[in-house]
Amino acid sequence: MWDYTSKVMDHFRNPRNVGVIENADGIGEVGSLACGDALKLTFKLGPDGRIADAKFQTFGCASAIASSSVLTEMIKGMTLDEAAQVTNQDIADVLGGLPEQKMHCSVMGREALEAAIEYYRSGGKKTAHVLEGRVVCTCFGVTETEIERVIRENNLHAVEEVTNYCKAGGGCGGCQHEIKAILARVHGEPVMLEAPEPPRPRLTTMRKIQLVQEVLEREVRPRLQEDGGDIELIDVDGNRVIVALRGHCAMCRAAEFTLDGFVGAKLREFVSPDLVVVEDKP
Amino acid sequence: MKTLYLDNNATTRVAPEVVEAMQPFFGELYGNASSMHSFGGQVRKHVERAREQMAALLGADPSEIVFTSCGTESDNAALRGTLEALAGRKRHVITTRVEHPAVLSTCRYLGSNGYRVTELPVDREGLLDLQMLDDCITDDTALVSVMWANNETGVIFPVGAIGEICRRKGVTFHTDAVQVVGKLPIDLSQAPVDLLALSGHKLHAPKGVGVLYVRKGTRLAPFMLGGHQEGGRRAGTENVPYIVGLGAAAELAAKHMKEEVTRVRALRDRLEEGILATCPDAHVNGHRDRRLPNTANISFEFIEGESILMDLDALGVCASSGSACTSGSLEPSHVLRAMGVPFTAAHGSIRFSLSRYNTQEEIDFVVEHMPGIVHRLRALSPFVPRDKA
Repeated sequence: MWDYTSKVMDHFRNPRNVGVIENADGIGEVGSLACGDALKLTFKLGPDGRIADAKFQTFGCASAIASSSVLTEMIKGMTLDEAAQVTNQDIADVLGGLPEQKMHCSVMGREALEAAIEYYRSGGKKTAHVLEGRVVCTCFGVTETEIERVIRENNLHAVEEVTNYCKAGGGCGGCQHEIKAILARVHGEPVMLEAPEPPRPRLTTMRKIQLVQEVLEREVRPRLQEDGGDIELIDVDGNRVIVALRGHCAMCRAAEFTLDGFVGAKLREFVSPDLVVVEDKP
Repeated sequence: MKTLYLDNNATTRVAPEVVEAMQPFFGELYGNASSMHSFGGQVRKHVERAREQMAALLGADPSEIVFTSCGTESDNAALRGTLEALAGRKRHVITTRVEHPAVLSTCRYLGSNGYRVTELPVDREGLLDLQMLDDCITDDTALVSVMWANNETGVIFPVGAIGEICRRKGVTFHTDAVQVVGKLPIDLSQAPVDLLALSGHKLHAPKGVGVLYVRKGTRLAPFMLGGHQEGGRRAGTENVPYIVGLGAAAELAAKHMKEEVTRVRALRDRLEEGILATCPDAHVNGHRDRRLPNTANISFEFIEGESILMDLDALGVCASSGSACTSGSLEPSHVLRAMGVPFTAAHGSIRFSLSRYNTQEEIDFVVEHMPGIVHRLRALSPFVPRDKA
């Protein structure tokens, strides 16, 4: 059970400014169903250039709904320059604080606001939140720029905190080393690179072929067959796994994607991380 | 506000009869069951009676019952004890992607410590492909661990058939039966199960006591060392009051078994049908028939589980969710994801789990209020298609 403040509960139970403004000046959409939370923020400017009205729609938990609701109240009456200064910490503060693991809800609010301002300033060209910089966390689509920003604005020092604030590192965990390096860089500390993982025991070629066969049989073939396709192992040459696609897969234009994204990933997961899959083309 | 408890797969109310049975062991009957004097000896008799009560519920021999501290300990002891007894001669373990973390985390730990682990997939309805399981067993396979029923969806696995496969291939078979014991009849004199884990607090006994069933002749290295208790299979002074309580709960469970599969099932069906009839874009996760009689796992499209739980909580209704937000992790339920339930539905999943203490009035109360909750949250959601808003 989360320890929500009474203000969070009030905004969750009685959300303010729900809806979408027709002919809005600013529209900001962030998050997705897959991420587990999403926010659509719209605002209308008054003749004085200040935000006259703001509305929201949110998919998410109580703190996501409360963060969005309180944000619409906060920005009403602000100029766009003022609104652009609102940080996620401001949103959390007005709510009387959020549980650490829920801070990403306040960040989502700030991102939506930023996107809505961008939308207005670009004359409606930027309709969705544009990812700036290189994507570090592929599970949640978080960029280096965004990670650096939450670290600075919230004075974060641990990878876990970064995950709480922007979700980066909270899926497969594969980018946690990189987040560590970004943290060190932002705080001007020497970047300590982790010792590489100890190498897996080398597989004999026979054992490798056997494992590849097993994984193809168990993980890959049933899925391809569902779509009327099939796969055949032709050869294993060092780290190159040579396969032939059969049935529908042989004709399918998505086959290249299937090979690397699906077959390759399975083999790297279950057999050895250095494998590449190559198609045997007659 | 009255608490309306529909989270019985998480934990259950301790039965008043169980509380009563435990009382003397917090008072005058404080002897150590392993002592040589008659003061301790009389306590030993109560522990052995509890063992018989539990054995009767499972169709087992009392000598096959080992009392532990919880279901998780039982699972750990079964998995690690089996492998240790093999001293590394076999290094392959087969389990499923939908196990409780007590098994799944243990298997993954083993997987990063020199063992090869196969996690079997499940289909859209949460069912296993037994042929695949059969095919995965090799000469190196030490152990198969498959839960009897899933805690999130209630989907039941065919433990008898899995046990037959394992027996035919000479592989030890362990099952996490935490969700089944007390809800469905179990007869281990028939079912080919070597090891079985159960937890007291899921069947109206208190938290802090469990059982590992060990079929006679099963090789198992002890998990806890330091004493000769439980026939040397689990060291540590017996938790007498809780063991006695668990024995009483086992006897009660046998008595109420018929009610679980009739009245409780009818209440669950009433809840499920009521919700599906009144809430559009809601669907049941898991095979509709091969399911525990008390569990309903329902996904509500376009809205998020924690929000639904908070609205239910405001009405005094206790349930749980497979959404990412409720776990504090960022990923939704591993069970629903293994079943291929779309993220949209996984984030909005709610599990209602009933017990014999629930009444029809309670179910009707939830059915009455669910549409209002769903409607309120959908009005906030950006994902509701316009024609449904």
